Amino acid sequence: MKKTQGNYTILVITVENKFGVLARVSGLFSRRGVNIKSLAVAPTDKAEFSRITVDLDIELEGVSLDQIINQLDKLINVVEIRALDPAESVERELMIVTVEAEASQRDELVDHLDKVGGKVLNIGTESMMLSLVETSSVIDDFESFLSGYGIVELQRTGRVALDSL
Amino acid sequence: MTSENIDGGKALIRSLEKEGVEVMFGLPGGAILPVYDPIIDSTIRHILVRHEQGAGHMAQGYAQATGKPGVAMVTSGPAATNIVTPLCDAYLDSIPLVVITGQVPLAAIGTDAFQECDTTGITMGVTKHNFLVKDAQDIPRIVKEAFHIATTGRPGPVLIDLPKDIVDPNSPRSELDWVDDPEMDLPGYKPEKDIDFSGIEKAVELIQTSERPVFYIGGGILKARAAEALRELVEITGIHVVTTLMARGAFPDSHELCLGMPGMHGNYTAVTSMQKSDLLVALGARFDDRVTGKVDGFAPDAKIIHVDIDPAEIGKVRKPDVAINGDCRLVIEAMVDLLRQQDATQTDRSEWKSTISGWQERFPLTYEDSEPGSRLKPQYVLEQLRDLTPEDTIVASGVGQHQMWTSQYWSFDHPYTWINSGGLGTMGFSIPAAIGAKVGNPDRMVWAVDGDGCFQMTAQELVTSTVENIPIKVALLNNSYLGMVRQWQDMFYEERFSEVFLSDDVPNYKAWAESMGCVGIRVDSPEEVPEAIAKANEIEDRSVVIDFRTAPEERVYPMVPAGKDNSSIVVPPSQESQER
Ligand SMILES: Cc1ncc(C[n+]2csc(CCOP(=O)(O)OP(=O)(O)O)c2C)c(N)n1
Ligand SMILES: [Mg+2]
Repeated sequence: MKKTQGNYTILVITVENKFGVLARVSGLFSRRGVNIKSLAVAPTDKAEFSRITVDLDIELEGVSLDQIINQLDKLINVVEIRALDPAESVERELMIVTVEAEASQRDELVDHLDKVGGKVLNIGTESMMLSLVETSSVIDDFESFLSGYGIVELQRTGRVALDSL
Repeated sequence: MTSENIDGGKALIRSLEKEGVEVMFGLPGGAILPVYDPIIDSTIRHILVRHEQGAGHMAQGYAQATGKPGVAMVTSGPAATNIVTPLCDAYLDSIPLVVITGQVPLAAIGTDAFQECDTTGITMGVTKHNFLVKDAQDIPRIVKEAFHIATTGRPGPVLIDLPKDIVDPNSPRSELDWVDDPEMDLPGYKPEKDIDFSGIEKAVELIQTSERPVFYIGGGILKARAAEALRELVEITGIHVVTTLMARGAFPDSHELCLGMPGMHGNYTAVTSMQKSDLLVALGARFDDRVTGKVDGFAPDAKIIHVDIDPAEIGKVRKPDVAINGDCRLVIEAMVDLLRQQDATQTDRSEWKSTISGWQERFPLTYEDSEPGSRLKPQYVLEQLRDLTPEDTIVASGVGQHQMWTSQYWSFDHPYTWINSGGLGTMGFSIPAAIGAKVGNPDRMVWAVDGDGCFQMTAQELVTSTVENIPIKVALLNNSYLGMVRQWQDMFYEERFSEVFLSDDVPNYKAWAESMGCVGIRVDSPEEVPEAIAKANEIEDRSVVIDFRTAPEERVYPMVPAGKDNSSIVVPPSQESQER
């Protein structure tokens, strides 16, 4: 199923790189019954800070995004928080996926993979492992294309994003 | 600088001393044992409680009455869970607390060790911040950070969880180099706000042009030590004031512009003036549902000026027309300065004033006197207590009907004289909170007004008051019922009373009080009331409990039924025919 484009909110949160901080941040969402669609966390260029990118469905039933931002900002370990406007940012996501692929299907598959700029990571007797770094919507499309072959295992990282220049 | 090697337990106590802690409330146990040893040699007075919930509420009462942070210390596991209620209470009422809990040794964490619980996990949602200390060297810094966080910005409770091996002198992990003035490391915490002066100009303009303005005062005024500034603002503007349950005493009830408490059991004039206002100036208030009633129908014609230190409060419930994020005292002072410069002629508000005084005449707080031979009227007892105690008496209440009557019938003329559990509504709050308040104000008279249900939850702390020599007085409004719940069943469940009757004759409160080392008095008839209060006032060397036998069927009026808007306020039967 194709997911609608642009229907999301990205929060970028700079936090202290300490134990327990992710639980505080995610706890604030869970207490309000807000589902996190994806979450990426890693240290920034400064080792003492991490950057969390949270991807939320925009339909936060009865919950105000401003208020979530204000309340997250109140967490002592949160150094900075803001919402990124999808139109004003560049985003990428990484998917690695193992698909079923008989030898006879591989050319067609690789052809498609080349078109979207993906890579072949590993080849088995009946399957292939592929990777793709793209926008989440391109990955959505490619994932649904792959489902025709049969997906064995798949991992997506969730969105990461930076402001456009 | 010469370095000094000490152990974590000593470092903790020394850090507390450096923060100026004079008193702490607590109860020891296995995991916190090493920290209890250096207490013997400390300048800090430790008050041994009978239940850890008591320690937390005492620390709250101390903090509310003195403005200083309250400190409590308990062991791990069940002691930590016992203090969760006071933490949550302090969190909702923005009370500065530092609570120290013992924890199992670092290596045992996560193994379901004896008396292990995930204290930082459990308390994450009920503290402003919490710390699990993993290195003894961090203790001085973390204590400093904890006090800083608890007392600045919007105050709140902070918990420090201390694994045993980092405070136990027998463990190599407990060694540290004492640092006298550790540097805080809180890159994400910025409690000071730059006040937006354009907001203040807009606010002043709205205030000047409004026709039916009301100052809606919340507990933030007390936290900001802004009562004096507020009085100036009120007097130069001539605008009426309502003080919420958390703000009673922030503006004197005896002042002609004070309308008293709004909300579910607020008086008619306070509730209705807000409802009909064209401008609400919310100062350190958070539009709690007990004040607004049904939010959609709340003060429909009012523009809102919202001043709060916490940006997350602004617009949370009601979108303001002017939002000012900052410390209430600084904002009010800036408003006063601007108003003085302007010297603008005020809008004529004589009609609004006469509307208000009309409500005050037609809808005063009222009750019917008791019939001879029947049980006391709680309102009468409170009026007597109010009139027969010193003006600066500190009153701490429990939760229920007696709480509402106390807030209604007492006259609060000084800030920090009213202590109650507003946000969480914790039954059992009053006795330990009164003890804490008395510890902080040994020369003032402290009364707890309690219900019989509440009393049975925390009365054992009267033993603490006897043993530690902290004499308080308890006015027990004993109606034999969980009265507030009874009232809801009476009014909204067709008088089907389910599980609200406690007992008419057990416990014997007089005997119970005496067994705890207090003076116990039982009062059945109105004539005995003044005499009993006078007797209690004279006793200074021990606590006193007066068991006032009050009428179970008495309802708290007025009342805005839950889920209804404030125009549906229910007045007592004697006022039903009054023109609204
Ligand atoms: C710990 C706790 N449990 C239950 C309640 C619900 N509750 C609110 S008021 C009340 C009755 C309190 O009874 P009592 O102390 O006798 O006071 P009264 O209303 O009779 O004055 C109850 C059960 C509560 N607020 N706190
Ligand atoms: Mg009762």
